[in-house]
Amino acid sequence: MMRDPVSEPPTGPLARPLGESEPFLQVEALRGGYGGKPVLQDVGFSVGRGEIVAIIGRNGVGKSTLMRTLIGLMPADGGAIRLEGREIGALPADRRARLGFGYIPQGRDVFPRMSVRENLRVGETLCARGTGPDYDTVYDFFPILRERSQQRAGTLSGGQQQQLAIGRVMVGRPTLMLLDEPSEGIQPSIVRDIGRAIKRLNASQGLTVLFVEQNLDMIQSMAQRGYVMDKGRIVAELNVEELHDRERVRRYLSV
Amino acid sequence: MLQEIFAFLYQFGDAFAFLVLSAAGLAIIFGMMGIINLAHGEFIMCGAYVTVTTARLGLPLPLAILCGALAAGLAGILVERLIIHRLYHRPLDSIVATWGISLIVTQTVLILLGSTMPGIGTPLGSFSIGAFSYSEYRLVLMAVAVLLLIALYLLFNTTRFGLLSRATIQKPQMAQALGVKTSRVYSLTFGLGAALAGLAGGLYAPTMTLVPTMGVTFIVESFVTVVVGGADVFLGTAPAAAVLALIKAVMTGWQGQLFGQIGLLVTVIVVIRILPRGISGWFLKERT
Repeated sequence: MMRDPVSEPPTGPLARPLGESEPFLQVEALRGGYGGKPVLQDVGFSVGRGEIVAIIGRNGVGKSTLMRTLIGLMPADGGAIRLEGREIGALPADRRARLGFGYIPQGRDVFPRMSVRENLRVGETLCARGTGPDYDTVYDFFPILRERSQQRAGTLSGGQQQQLAIGRVMVGRPTLMLLDEPSEGIQPSIVRDIGRAIKRLNASQGLTVLFVEQNLDMIQSMAQRGYVMDKGRIVAELNVEELHDRERVRRYLSV
Repeated sequence: MLQEIFAFLYQFGDAFAFLVLSAAGLAIIFGMMGIINLAHGEFIMCGAYVTVTTARLGLPLPLAILCGALAAGLAGILVERLIIHRLYHRPLDSIVATWGISLIVTQTVLILLGSTMPGIGTPLGSFSIGAFSYSEYRLVLMAVAVLLLIALYLLFNTTRFGLLSRATIQKPQMAQALGVKTSRVYSLTFGLGAALAGLAGGLYAPTMTLVPTMGVTFIVESFVTVVVGGADVFLGTAPAAAVLALIKAVMTGWQGQLFGQIGLLVTVIVVIRILPRGISGWFLKERT
């Protein structure tokens, strides 16, 4: 699908249209799923460096499976995942994390019996690339995490847990953030905070973001480009104008 | 009166030390990895044999005990890499596999080293209070048990390894997705559990007869403690050992050793009935 550069939204300096250089993340003919039952049939898409890309689609079309396959928690049965041209589909999840993948799963998965601070310290493992942890940015974006640093993560509200899950990844200075339904079960004000924080990270640090979402507001406020997923395949690509066509996006999201 | 109180406290401390030391390794492997290690007794035996061998070669006893723990720990890492590693998603198979390891090791030691090995005497002396005489070495064992609990607490709560291993036990996939080499955490944890078993073997080696099946002496007490305690070493094993030691000391003081043992087993049955996930399961449910 051709894109009109004029319609580029006023985002960060590092956001650039597709096709200018080699894509940062390239997924080709990816297949995978739970034990023999293929959920991902044939997934192909790409994300440029510094882009914020949404994957949208109804429940059960394989969006979360795609994210879990990208981070390496589920094996790919075929196809390729390339990071800056390098095939990484055979690497275990911990290696991908140390290449800069920051994964924030659906349901957050904070470590419930550890303090907020301890959760963040686990995230330091990500930055095995000659850099130190980045607590300043985390506390700047999510001051609640500093206030609650001694509280057990399991006792935080859903929105606070989501902020912690994002902060836990940010501590390790990721280059690619994989977000699985960041708005799910979270009150709208925190959804807006999270959206703002991610856009600021994208603008200030050139963070590349790939997120799965069903919340129309979140999609429209964050995404610079989108892909529509259905029955384990990418069936359409949407530019920013098409993403702001509420009727059109609703049609892709509704049953 | 004071004499009786001391005798009771000594009994209690002795039972507590034995329960904590023999169960710590089993509890860590079960609590952190969900593996029920039926070869636990053989790691204890390994620690005892290596301790006695190195002590007879002239090494001071404390160093010999450390050698025993180290040898058992290395054996544990080897077993984890070769066998347990493949069975994380098959808990029942891991029980069978560790039982098999137990049988093979026991028989191999029997064939290679014979049915018994000359031991070393209990170090230190004894002291008397009133009509009773007590072993000083047993007091050392009580101190070691308490120090061990403190050391483990510090290991899991203040070190990076402790942080990552707690993350791994709570959410293994999430930990891995954050860059934690979970397979290494599992290897080290299993090795730590085996080393603690070896430590128990080494510490008690001077007080026991060395036979290839000596692990059995520990296995009932260690399993009882872990079952009563549940999956958490600090919230489970330590209080379970205290409760069981109290029951054992009371029953033994009242009717002798046999009733002490019966008291332990009855307690387990009652606890399983009321708290299926052990003391720590109850604690954790209350807290989250």
